[in-house]
Amino acid sequence: MALGTTLGRVVAAKREGARAPLVTRAALKGLVLRIVPPLVVLAVFLLVWEILCQRPGAGLPPPSRVVTDAWDIIVHPFYDNGGTDKGLFWHITASLQRVALGFTLAVVAGVLLGTLVGQSEWAMRGLDPIFQVLRTIPPLAWLPLSLAAFRDGQPSAIFVIFITSIWPIIINTAVGIRNIPQDYRNVAAVLRLNAFEFFAKVMLPSAAPYIFTGLRIGVGLSWLAIVAAEMLIGGVGIGFFIWDAWNSSHISEIIVALVYVGVIGFVLDRLVAGLGHLVTRGTATA
Amino acid sequence: MTTLNATHLSLEQIGISFTRSGRTTEVLRDVNLKIDKGEFVSLIGHSGCGKSTVLNIVAGLLKASTGGVLLDGKEVNSPGPERAVVFQNHSLLPWLTVRENVALAVDKVLKSKKSKPERRDWIEHNLALVNMTHAAEKRPHEISGGMKQRVGIARALAMEPKVLLMDEPFGALDALTRAHLQDQLMEIHLRLKNTVIMITHDVDEAVLLSDRIVMMTNGPSATIGEVLTVPLARPRKRLELVEDPTYTHARAEVLEFLYARHAKPAIAA
Ligand SMILES: Nc1ncnc2c1ncn2[C@@H]1O[C@H](COP(=O)(O)OP(=O)(O)OP(=O)(O)O)[C@@H](O)[C@H]1O
Ligand SMILES: [Mg+2]
Repeated sequence: MALGTTLGRVVAAKREGARAPLVTRAALKGLVLRIVPPLVVLAVFLLVWEILCQRPGAGLPPPSRVVTDAWDIIVHPFYDNGGTDKGLFWHITASLQRVALGFTLAVVAGVLLGTLVGQSEWAMRGLDPIFQVLRTIPPLAWLPLSLAAFRDGQPSAIFVIFITSIWPIIINTAVGIRNIPQDYRNVAAVLRLNAFEFFAKVMLPSAAPYIFTGLRIGVGLSWLAIVAAEMLIGGVGIGFFIWDAWNSSHISEIIVALVYVGVIGFVLDRLVAGLGHLVTRGTATA
Repeated sequence: MTTLNATHLSLEQIGISFTRSGRTTEVLRDVNLKIDKGEFVSLIGHSGCGKSTVLNIVAGLLKASTGGVLLDGKEVNSPGPERAVVFQNHSLLPWLTVRENVALAVDKVLKSKKSKPERRDWIEHNLALVNMTHAAEKRPHEISGGMKQRVGIARALAMEPKVLLMDEPFGALDALTRAHLQDQLMEIHLRLKNTVIMITHDVDEAVLLSDRIVMMTNGPSATIGEVLTVPLARPRKRLELVEDPTYTHARAEVLEFLYARHAKPAIAA
């Protein structure tokens, strides 16, 4: 979140710098000031880790050993020996596909249900308490139920993503719809917009900043859930990869995979935030 | 053009009550008004007396508890573009540009009446009418309050309404901008001959612009206290009117009504 706005500001400053060269130095200084501290912290962290885990009998490998141990999977992300013996790229792709499918379904259903709840007093009274209870159920608790229903890992994992990410989308959409100013409704009424035009031309754009807040929370939750779900269902996927590495005591591979999981989660969040920024023309907080 | 003196818009026995937390207050009672085609009527009265409520009933945004509104002899009870509204706080959609705001109205309302290229021209024509062509690509937050009101007026006029309803269109503007927009509005009204109902707090504005000034009593149960005809020839020039006896007399009548006979009861802080 903070890094995104930071980069945005730096880029903006740079653009101005092209016209007024004096600003360039300040912009550069700003960039350095923002990038150096996290690098320093990271270096210190790696150093402490290295020192702590150097001594014999340490539970975790030091960073230097992680790199040498896991060198194979770091430099060969694309290998494919069939079955589940694939490079990290394929595992991550499989996980991302599940997230994409489950999350897309959640967006469509969530926005529609959220609109219903936000728009109709009756739907709100009836559905809101149920949603409030359902949303507290931990993602993995849905897995056995969905396995029982679908009798297959793939749709079950997608369902878990769906059911995990839909609640923040519904709730935020409903709040956004509820907050549509009466003025906009009056404008739509005078123009006699029909229900579909009103939805597409007034409701969605007006509620977009709220909807995107929900989408960001949702995408984060689905990434959390997929890793856990894949540990249980097996097959190709980053969660399974981590579980498999644990079973074969490849701790270094786990650490590499965790770095990937973290970075991708961050990128997903930024993607949705960036999209929100684009769609709402800057009114959603990025 | 049309039959002379046939009532165009008529408010008949309008009354409305609101119920809030179990208590019912009657805001309007027995509001009767007949307006001719092309007439410019302003509605003046103290804050909270029910002016916006009257306008919203005519617009169809509120339902009267008793009585009703007739437009060309037909009862109106839902909002529609033939009664376009210029809202007090402009109500432009912030995610659309100035042109897109006007286009939304034109494309929806005149879909069957005009072809696509005709609609494009009509949008530009209405933007030009309020001198907003230069800022057509801007979004509402990028333009001044006066410009927003102008776009609001362009959007309303672009619907080719039978009646133009304006709720304190210039209320939030500084005196200079306000005077400028009043002149523009007079010019437009002279050219298009719309029927207009305008709410205002400004006595000079009411006298300068109106054919008739409708003065409302204080609420609750507000109604029309008096209707003053302003027999000034058009086009009217604000500078020439300052000394005009008809103008000063009309002005004095309204002030007398508002501050002597229907002075606002002491406002509880
Ligand atoms: N939806 C509503 N529910 C309850 N009371 C309302 C509602 N709308 C208006 N009122 C009441 O009706 C009265 C008239 O309101 P209205 O907005 O018409 O006044 P107004 O003359 O336009 O005032 P102003 O000049 O300040 O805009 C007020 O006392 C207000 O509290
Ligand atoms: Mg009002």
